[in-house]
Amino acid sequence: MAAAAAAPGPGSGPGDSPEGPEAEGPERRRKAHGMLKLYYGLSEGEAAGRPSGPDPLDPTDLNGAHFDPEVYLDKLRRECPLAQLMDSETDMVRQIRALDSDMQTLVYENYNKFISATDTIRKMKNDFRKMEDEMDRLATNMAVITDFSARISATLQDRHERITKLAGVHALLRKLQFLFELPSRLTKCVELGAYGQAVRYQGRARAVLQQYQHLPSFRAIQDDCQVITARLAQQLRQRFREGGSGAPEQAECVELLLALGEPAEELCEEFLAHARGRLEEELRSLEAELGPSPPAPDVLEFTDHGGSGFVGGLCQVAAAYQELFAAQGPAGADKLAAFARELGSRYFALVERRLAQEQGSGDNSLLVRALDRFHRRLRAPGALLAAAGLAEAATEIVERVARERLGHHLQGLQAAFLGSLTDVRQALAAPRIAGKEGPGLAELLANVASSILSHIKASLASVHLFTAKEVSFSNKPYFRGEFCSQGVRESLIVGFIRSMCQTAQSFCDSPGEKGGATPPALLLLLSRLCLDYETATISYILTLTDEQFLVQDQSPVTPVSTLCAEARETARRLLTHYVKVQGLVISQMLRKSVETRDWLSTLEPRNVRAVMKRVVEDTTAIDVQVGLLYEEGVRKAQSSDSSKRTFSVYSSSRQQGRYAPSYTPSAPMDTNLLSNIQKLFSERIDVFSPVEFNKVSVLTGIIKISLKTLLECVRLRTFGRFGLQQVQVDCHFLQLYLWRFVADEELVHLLLDEVVASAALRCPDPVPMEPSVVEVICERG
Amino acid sequence: MEDDAPVIYGLEFQARALTPQTAETDAIRFLVGTQSLKYDNQIHVIDFDDENNIINKNVLLHQVGEIWHISASPSDKGVLATCYNKTADSKVVTCAAVWRMPLELEPGGQDSPEDAASPAHTLELLCHLEPAARGSTACVAWEPAGDGKRVISLADNHILLWDLQESSSQAMLASSASLEGKGQLKFTTGRWSPHHNCSQVATANDTAIRGWDTRTMSQIYCIESAHGQLVRDLDFNPNKQYYLASCGDDCKVKFWDTRNVAEPVKTLEEHSHWVWNVRYNHSHDQLVLTGSSDSRVILSNMVSISSEPFGHLVDDDDLSDQEERRLEEKSQEPPQDSVIATYEEHEDSVYAVDWSSADPWLFASLSYDGRLVINRVPRALKYHILL
Repeated sequence: MAAAAAAPGPGSGPGDSPEGPEAEGPERRRKAHGMLKLYYGLSEGEAAGRPSGPDPLDPTDLNGAHFDPEVYLDKLRRECPLAQLMDSETDMVRQIRALDSDMQTLVYENYNKFISATDTIRKMKNDFRKMEDEMDRLATNMAVITDFSARISATLQDRHERITKLAGVHALLRKLQFLFELPSRLTKCVELGAYGQAVRYQGRARAVLQQYQHLPSFRAIQDDCQVITARLAQQLRQRFREGGSGAPEQAECVELLLALGEPAEELCEEFLAHARGRLEEELRSLEAELGPSPPAPDVLEFTDHGGSGFVGGLCQVAAAYQELFAAQGPAGADKLAAFARELGSRYFALVERRLAQEQGSGDNSLLVRALDRFHRRLRAPGALLAAAGLAEAATEIVERVARERLGHHLQGLQAAFLGSLTDVRQALAAPRIAGKEGPGLAELLANVASSILSHIKASLASVHLFTAKEVSFSNKPYFRGEFCSQGVRESLIVGFIRSMCQTAQSFCDSPGEKGGATPPALLLLLSRLCLDYETATISYILTLTDEQFLVQDQSPVTPVSTLCAEARETARRLLTHYVKVQGLVISQMLRKSVETRDWLSTLEPRNVRAVMKRVVEDTTAIDVQVGLLYEEGVRKAQSSDSSKRTFSVYSSSRQQGRYAPSYTPSAPMDTNLLSNIQKLFSERIDVFSPVEFNKVSVLTGIIKISLKTLLECVRLRTFGRFGLQQVQVDCHFLQLYLWRFVADEELVHLLLDEVVASAALRCPDPVPMEPSVVEVICERG
Repeated sequence: MEDDAPVIYGLEFQARALTPQTAETDAIRFLVGTQSLKYDNQIHVIDFDDENNIINKNVLLHQVGEIWHISASPSDKGVLATCYNKTADSKVVTCAAVWRMPLELEPGGQDSPEDAASPAHTLELLCHLEPAARGSTACVAWEPAGDGKRVISLADNHILLWDLQESSSQAMLASSASLEGKGQLKFTTGRWSPHHNCSQVATANDTAIRGWDTRTMSQIYCIESAHGQLVRDLDFNPNKQYYLASCGDDCKVKFWDTRNVAEPVKTLEEHSHWVWNVRYNHSHDQLVLTGSSDSRVILSNMVSISSEPFGHLVDDDDLSDQEERRLEEKSQEPPQDSVIATYEEHEDSVYAVDWSSADPWLFASLSYDGRLVINRVPRALKYHILL
């Protein structure tokens, strides 16, 4: 064994050797290789090229097909040592012996089986022979039977034919009997009211009768039948016309009549006429509800009645009609559509009348619910009768109502605005009695603003009901698009803001001209309101609207900026008007005071004239009033002591003989030169210049107007010496108190300077007062 | 465009009174009256040489007092009427008188104003329009189309119609009427309508405008509260007989149809202070001139209510050519009626504006500081109207 293990080429060794591991190893390996090769798609041929590959043609392979004992022995003898040869020999012998014994056992075992098989085959041979005989006998018997059977059927032939004929006659007779009995049966059916049965009978017999009517007997039956059928039809129609029975029964009648072959055209006319009668009754009852007597039920109830009564009826009629007269084709459908359209329009007219009564009321939710029901109910007939356009008409009505509601809300808002203005007027008028300077304009403003805002919100909320998800018409294109953008946003909100601006502006135009029917405080308040709208409220409201009504419409909407600009313009106009009105009040005071006084013969001034004090008081009051609503604003910084400084400016300039022109041809431009030089250094004063939104600017405007008036009035008068001095005193007084109100006190100085200068010009004897005296008088005053 | 620049003339004194020499239709001539309390007042006769753009002046002394109003006779070049202040016994009374200018002045030949020292001509008094105790005369108006014999004067609350006798040497009070009412009513101004055979006069007192029939001296219409405040001036449309323009302290200019006085036909609000003067152009009545104490003169184009056929619009392009005129275009005026130009040559209140009687495209304005400015209608507009 050890030698075998040491042998270098076990692969070439006899695979048959009992030393399994050595011989079987490569064998198994080869097998595995083969499988792998098979797996990798390598052909045997390729593998055969390998040196280790076994050669199936190897003549030394004991188990090979090409085994050659000589070669094998040669090889063995040549290659193996003696010991191994001996081993091989014993091994071989042992194997041969084992094989011999195996063969012997196999032969033993199979011998018995062979013997029994031979026996069985022999027995089978015998049996088959017996069976063959029996089969022959069966064949002869069968031939006999066939023969007999043929003879029997030949004999029965004509009898069978006779029976068939008899059966046919019997059936015919049964039919005939039915025909003969038909009139009586029909009569019975009619009497019993089993119209359906009668019609069925009639239907069955009609064709036959039609066919055999040339036979007198059948003719008679047919005539009878016709009479009865006519009666039947008569009765059916009667029932149909009586109308007492409900729509389904009528439908049945019509069905039977149709089966009786009544003309469909006529029937559908009649059917519709009946339906009309019933529906008109519904309409009449609706109209009665709506009638002039006020105890009309609320809209919801009304639309409910309408929905269940009229619309339900219409649905039934339409469904029955379509079922019954489907055969009528498009002409029938048209008829129905026309019918529905006509009645529908009457119904709509009624609904609209009812809805119109509702326009005045404030409750939107009820209306919306009513509209919803109305619209929902009409969807069923709408689907049935697309041609009648009921659903469209209903949608249109709903849209119209929605639009009217918008208009109503707009009016409501406007009324609310006007109402709050009236409140403000009253509030402004009232506290005069109490002697208090108003309950605070700011408070009033807040009240007005909040009340308007809450009204707007309420309107938006109630209008919003129209677009609620659960409302059946909210998904119509109108309500999704136009209603939101054009309706709510544009006509309601934007419309209201516009009208508010217009209302406010109207205060600037007509009444103010005739002397201020509008209290100035109201102007001021409105101006502030509009300004607030410009800065915040408009964008807030519009954002709110856009959020609530997700505007999907593409149509252009008014941008916030435009509205803001309008509001700002309104605010500006109002404020300007306020300035004009207040300026006018003070101007009038000053004008009267200049015009009515005799300036030539006045006495030496001892006091500031009362009117000037009044002017200062009024200006202070206005300052307080404006300060309640508007911010301070910027003014040019100047020393608080400036009044004294400028006073000296104008008095000294005059003392230098500024207005002492002499009529000398050599210096004809003297006066002009001086005054023009002065004007070169001062800006042109725009008296009614646009006002800015702050207190200082407003006050500046008012004071400018007043002082300009003073100037013009002074120029129209002629002054004595003391007249001039009085003007001097007055102007200094104004100077002392007015500078603090204005943006640029230089302006007040300039105007007052000019007043005094003009007065000096209008004085034949200009002797100005000593500035110190003027100051003393003013301080005393 | 050089000759389109305004021509400025300065007077030594304050002045309010301006009139064209109405009877003169060849030379462009204006009369200006001064206001001075301390020195002799003057009437400046100002000739404008259109070709050379030169002003010639003559000075006439008017020694009786400062001139508040001046008006020239429509038929006689040499005759004019003034309203002047007379101070007596610490009382100021405004009187009116008719004057004749010295003959040698009329050609207006003296072109050197520098040596005007020597002549200093004096006016020849023709007659006073002053029956005593009639109060202060605010205004004198000549019958526009007559032979220069009929004059009305407005004194306090009286309207007086005078017949001037032969060569105007004597004035006879033909008829008169008075305004009665609460308080002290005072006429501020008046105009004689050129229509209806010169039988109508319009007057203003406070905020009301009244029309009078000179034949019966009775009131024919009254516009109460024509303006929010005092009415300062009136003018009749020379071509449309019922149209009247007015202006006042409410900064507005209003146009009225005297047949229906409930509402003005049109309102302009361009000035920023009292409007003292309004004048229709004599031949093209869409051109309306206004002067105001905001120191501005505004020329407006009132096409929509003029006698001219509609459609004479001024294109924006035309206007923008007028930059040198410091033209202020009103941005969004309705297209037909618009401000043509705003003239800002004045630095003090403008109390008088008037069109030349000789050249319909030329006008003068006078401010309180004595500055007289002569301007023309923008050429583009002129051609637009003419062509």
